[in-house]
Amino acid sequence: MKLTDYEQAMLAGEMGEPRRAALARQVEIGKFFDAEDFVAVAQAHIMADSEALGEAGVEHLEELAAYPDAERQVCIPTITDPRGADFHAYERIKQDEKFVDLERRADAAFRALGVMMTDTCINYQTVMPPVLGEHLAMGDTGVVIYSNSVQGARTNYEGGPSALASALTGRTARYGFHLDEHRRGTARFQLEETPKTWTEWGALGGLVGNAMGSYFQVPVIEGVTGSTPTSDDLKHFGAALASYGSTAMFHVVGVTPEAPDLGTVFDGAPPDPTPVSRADLDTFITSYAGDDDSLDVVVFAAPQLSIMELEKLAGLLKDRSLDSGVSLLVATNPENARAAERFGFRDAIERSGALLLEGVCFYQMHARELGEANGWTRLMTNSAKLTNIIGGYGYDPVLADMERCVESAIAGRIV
Amino acid sequence: MADLIIQGHVGIGPAVSGEALVAHDNFSARYDLDRVKGTFSRPAHKLYGENYVGKVLVLNIAKGGVATAWMLHTMKQRDMAPAALLLNWANPIIAQGAAFADFPLIDRFEDDITAQINTGDTVLVDPTSGTVTIGGRV
Repeated sequence: MKLTDYEQAMLAGEMGEPRRAALARQVEIGKFFDAEDFVAVAQAHIMADSEALGEAGVEHLEELAAYPDAERQVCIPTITDPRGADFHAYERIKQDEKFVDLERRADAAFRALGVMMTDTCINYQTVMPPVLGEHLAMGDTGVVIYSNSVQGARTNYEGGPSALASALTGRTARYGFHLDEHRRGTARFQLEETPKTWTEWGALGGLVGNAMGSYFQVPVIEGVTGSTPTSDDLKHFGAALASYGSTAMFHVVGVTPEAPDLGTVFDGAPPDPTPVSRADLDTFITSYAGDDDSLDVVVFAAPQLSIMELEKLAGLLKDRSLDSGVSLLVATNPENARAAERFGFRDAIERSGALLLEGVCFYQMHARELGEANGWTRLMTNSAKLTNIIGGYGYDPVLADMERCVESAIAGRIV
Repeated sequence: MADLIIQGHVGIGPAVSGEALVAHDNFSARYDLDRVKGTFSRPAHKLYGENYVGKVLVLNIAKGGVATAWMLHTMKQRDMAPAALLLNWANPIIAQGAAFADFPLIDRFEDDITAQINTGDTVLVDPTSGTVTIGGRV
């Protein structure tokens, strides 16, 4: 790899051991992907919940935090993905104190590094939206796919250690989605009907994701009609696509910035389109129907809710009460939680018996142990991403739109 | 009999040798493994029930979310990691995890690597040259 004088000095240890070790790992990754050089990144976003970190990961952060200030401080704006515990609410959902302790240690270490604890996977809606052409080091699959596709920024999946390395060095190896050649379409899907709900957008993401074979495939969607999809529509679509497909970028022709038309998005003749019908969407959703109407917990998360989603949920729950046998959890970030308080949404949601969690996401908070402690098995959600992940944690997921999820939580059974 | 040398792309991590555990299936540390017991735990996986600790794992494609990047490090710290990972196709997350854990990883071989190595073969993995050597095969 071609290194600048500045990078060579960093690699020689002139800026301290944390930056030297971080850059050395980045050089290894760069060589692995045949990167010619590094590219400066404007932000880093670190996925490091205590479940993924484990004891060894937390110890690594604490070792970094023990270096002198000048050697350990991040050198670009650095933010965090959802954490493993909401320090204000963990007791109400019987979260094990040992996980919460691990989380407290990680939190203290990150603060010592100068990391801003945004604890969010919707930073593109609430913190600092990426810009067309901007190079980033984003650490959540949903954040990566939204930044690349909807905003035209450039980032690979940067796992926790890798995003942390970018935070310390200010750069990442130039490979994958930083390069024009990997951002072109590789497959084509023709919609017969535009999805209407967030759940249907998520189902479309799941369908297309299932058809993807590798990280470097880029699906192109045609046939979106009517109003332009909202940020929340594309958030659910992208999050599900990334989850089911391990995919990092999509185009929607006429909607996303690098896909004004088919000719622009493909090199040469476009491949034949795969049709996606109303029946395909319905079949995907009903594949998560459950074999009876029992219900333990309803979850709105994955990704965290925007203020618009919270507004809608508050409207559905206002002046109503959940069935005593069903829990309802909502996850958002600290910014939206404060906004929800100002706008009266939090009050409307929590008076029903629901719990608004902040700075967490359901599957990143030790979901298996949470289910065992609370007796939760049958889980209902409007998030296709969550249905994909949560089966592996011992839950039996049911997918339905927000209205049906709320009506079921009130009835105490799936309606 | 001479050694068989298989060429892949330049990899990550130190050279190691070990006994191979092979399947034409994919790899995700979060979804496929019981990282406490050291076994494959996803029932649909072709290596379900097999112990992978200390083995050279030979599989098809790296899949799954970003958490794997932290997990290889934790597995190695606990002495519960495979010896090395050989894949047809890695992804950024597994490469980042290997770099963080100083864990041997090679991918992009000329032919399907899962068809060239048999479970039980003793193999030498050298990421610096991107080669895998199987003793006494040709």
